[in-house]
Parts: sequence; structure tokens; C-alpha cells
Amino acid sequence: MKEENLLQDKNPNAIEVRNLTITYKGLKAYSIKKSLFKLKKTEMQEYTAVNDVSFDVKKGEILGILGKNGCGKSTMLRAIGGVFKPNSGTIDLKGNTVSLLAIGVGFQKQVTGRENILLSGMLLGFSEEEIRAKMHDIIAFSELGAFIDKPVKTYSSGMHSKLAFSIAVNLETDILLIDEVLAVGDQRFKQKSQRKMKEIISQKDRTVVIVSHNIKSLRNLCDRVMWMHDGEIVKIGAPSEVCPEYRQFMRKRRQAITDELMEELHQEMKEREARLQAAKAQQS
Amino acid sequence: MRQFFSDIRKYHNYEIRAAKSQLKAEVAGSYLNWIWWILTPLFEMVIYYIVFGYIFKSKEPNFIAFIFVGLTLWGFFNKTARHSVNLIKKNRPIIAKVYVPKHVLLITDMMISGFKMMISIVLLFIMLFIVRVEFTWYALAAIPIMLVLLLFTFGVSINLMHYGVIVEDLSNMTDLFLRLWFFLSGIFYSLETRLGESHPEIAAFLTNWNPMAMLLHDMRNVLLYGEGPNWFGLLIWGVVSVILAVVGIKTIYKYENEYVKLI
Repeated sequence: MKEENLLQDKNPNAIEVRNLTITYKGLKAYSIKKSLFKLKKTEMQEYTAVNDVSFDVKKGEILGILGKNGCGKSTMLRAIGGVFKPNSGTIDLKGNTVSLLAIGVGFQKQVTGRENILLSGMLLGFSEEEIRAKMHDIIAFSELGAFIDKPVKTYSSGMHSKLAFSIAVNLETDILLIDEVLAVGDQRFKQKSQRKMKEIISQKDRTVVIVSHNIKSLRNLCDRVMWMHDGEIVKIGAPSEVCPEYRQFMRKRRQAITDELMEELHQEMKEREARLQAAKAQQS
Repeated sequence: MRQFFSDIRKYHNYEIRAAKSQLKAEVAGSYLNWIWWILTPLFEMVIYYIVFGYIFKSKEPNFIAFIFVGLTLWGFFNKTARHSVNLIKKNRPIIAKVYVPKHVLLITDMMISGFKMMISIVLLFIMLFIVRVEFTWYALAAIPIMLVLLLFTFGVSINLMHYGVIVEDLSNMTDLFLRLWFFLSGIFYSLETRLGESHPEIAAFLTNWNPMAMLLHDMRNVLLYGEGPNWFGLLIWGVVSVILAVVGIKTIYKYENEYVKLI
């Protein structure tokens, strides 16, 4: 284990994130009617999703990102994928190609699955020949059969995800970003995906960033885990270190929420009792 | 702007591929398949010819070719402008997944509409041979006219594409405005003869200041009537289109990371 860590320290960085800040603000969709009736200028809401975050990911490393809903982990993944440009700070991918894998990957609905493989691949930066060479593997892995030549709009959501997953894992981008999609399709396909994931992970030069709620699977798969809270990094380090701490934190939070609820319940009970007493007093 | 040109080169293959597969998908399920691309403009022309040639008794010389020029050029502009308003929303699944410069979407759409326009233009030339229109050297001016049309369409649409994301009801407004524009551009009547007799100043105003009317007028002059185009007008509108395009490109690059958050 120690030797492996040493080896990875020698590897160059595949992703360098420096002072990354992403806010949701500025443009706000409005309609003519709304703006006519509300003459007062609508206030710009600013919401910081990722706040001054810096970290590195080594080549071949598997980084897991943990955090509750809305902590900015998906936003950051999208920023690494190039979909969001950061408001400030930089993301340096060192010239690596990157693919973002999430539920409901981007397809042209009217176009057939086969051509969508080509289109997605080209957007990820592959040439047509490179994709055609992999085409057979992708189709075989997706198990879509004759559906591959039917428009994507005829696919079920399961088939949709299967195709998306096959493209992302078979077209070998240097960096793979995975957004809570460890379980796709039926039980059998799930196991196959898990196996494929393990295989990718065993490839020394493929960098993977996984976002998930599932502490257990992250602990199994990752070299390092990053815990995010309210757009900031709380802790980054070995899974054996970060995961238990996160679990404890979540338990405490849950406890706090339960306590609060119990308190409210007590309050309500008391009020009710008081009302009942008052009613009784009135009756007598 | 430098980024624009490098992106154009980088995504060129993708645009062609995407346009091809969308065209293929459009006709994949139908019996007549690609024949529809020929039938649609022909039938459209027949409808306009019957309505305006017979019922309204239009007397523009070479009326069938006259109408065909109008429908073809207007059809391209109209389709692209209307699509562009919803283009980013429509492509949400893609732009939420991978980075695409947004003008790539517009250029792909223009390629699709442009391909259909090319078919119409081929049909137009066949028709011109059949009705034995005499070509003059002025016919070559059709090339700069097309160029200005492409630039103008791009310039208008790229701005519509941006505002289509921000202003929710822009697509309704665009539809209405384009309909008005359609009637003011002299698609099925000649501004010069119909309006020119009673209101010459309005006719002159429209042919000079409505770029679509001017382009149609020029195109008919060079192809049907053997006259030269309005070179000065072409130059002016060419410059205006380039300015619109540059402003639009700068805007969409500036806001490209905001679109995904909005739609």
C-alpha cells in the first residue's frame, strides 16, 4: 500500500484545480409579462456553489467526492468536464481528454444510437476513425442489439443509460468523470458495469473522479476521498480516514435534525394540552 | 474572435456529421424518404402559384420563378431564425454534458436548412431552363447575394439564440414578427409594382431598408430579368451582418457558461 502511494506521488498531475469559484447569478430568465408587471428590477440572486477550492488529482488516481445534496460536488464535476466555465480560478487538465458520465447522457433524440455514438465521440474530441474502431465494442457492451439503429427517442431510460455508460467506458478518454451512476440498468448489467469500472480503475493511466452518496462504494473504489460541504473542501485524504469522519458527521446531523423535530413535537403536545385544559376549564 | 475561428476549424467535422445524421433522421421513417426534400418546395410553390397566380391574378413576369426565388430565400432565413430561438433549450441534454461552443449548434442548423435550400436552388435553375430565361453575366451576382443572405441569417440568428435563453416569450414574439416581415418582403408580390404605384416612398423604403426585400429583389433582377443588383445596398447590409455576427459571437462566448444554469 505504501509503495503504491509512493508511486502515485511520482505521477504527474492530471487535474489541477486552483481557487475555483462558481456562482449561479447574473442572467436570470425572465418573461415580458413578468417584467412588465414587476417594474422594480428583479434582484440578482447570487449563490456560490463552489467557493475557492484548490486540489490536484494525479494521473491514474481515483478520487471520490462525498457530500450532501447541494454541496457543490456535481457543479464542480461539470466544471472539470468543461460544461461550466469557472467564475474565477482555473482548472488545468494538462491537455487530457475528459468525458462526463451521468444519468441521461446527451443524445440527439431523433438520431439513431449508432450515429449518436459517433456524435458524442466527436464532441469528446475523437476522430471518426477512432470511434469507428471502437464502435463494435461499444455496441456489444451496451447490449442494445437491433435497437442501435433505431432513434434514441424510442429507447427506455435503462437503454439510454446503458448506451451512455458504454460510450464513456469504451471510448478511452484520459479522465473519466462519473456522477452517481455506479448502478445502471438491471442487476446483471449492474454487475457487468461494476466489473468494467474495476477494470478501468486497474488501468494505471486513466484518471477517474466519482461523485456519490454511497460511502461504501467510494471506500472500495477510491485512492483518495474528498469531502465537500457548502462549496468548500472539509477534508481530503485516504478513504479509511475521511469516510468514517463523514459518516459520523452525517449521523450527528441526522441526530440534530431528529432532536429538532422531537423538540417541535414536544412543543406542539404542550400547546395542545394547554388548549384542552382551557376548553375543560370553560366547560366546567 | 480568435477562439471563434479555431473552434470553427475544430468542430467542422462534427457539424457536418451532425447535420448529415439529422437530415437522415428527418426522412428515415417516411416512405418517400429523401424525395420529400424535392417534393416539399415544389408543392409549396404550387400552392402559392395557385393562390396568387390564379385567384389573385398576379401579373409579375415569370411569376412561377418569381415566387420560387422568394420562397427559397425567405424559407432559409425564416427557418434558421425561428429555430435559433429555441436552439440552446432544445440541445440541453448535449450542452449539459460536454462543452460545445454554442455557435456550433447554429451552424449545424444552418447546414441543414442550407442543404434544403440548395435543392430548391437546383430546382429553380431547372425551372429557369424550362421557361427559357436568358441568363446574363449578372447571374453571377447571385453568389455575393447568397453570401450576404448567409451572413445576415447568421448575424440575426446568433443574437436570437442568446436572447432566446434569457427571454422566455421570445419565440412567440419572433413568430409574429417574422410573419409581419414575410408580408413586408414581397415574397409573392413585387413591392415595386404593387406598392410602388400608390406609395412609391414606402416601396423604396422597404426595398432599401428591409434586407430580405432587397436580397429578393436583387436575386430576381440578376436571375430573371437580367439586371444588376444594388451593389451599394449589398455592401451596407453585408457590413451590418458582419457587425451583428461579431456582437453575437462575443455575447455567446461571454455567457456560454450561464446557459446551462438557466435552462
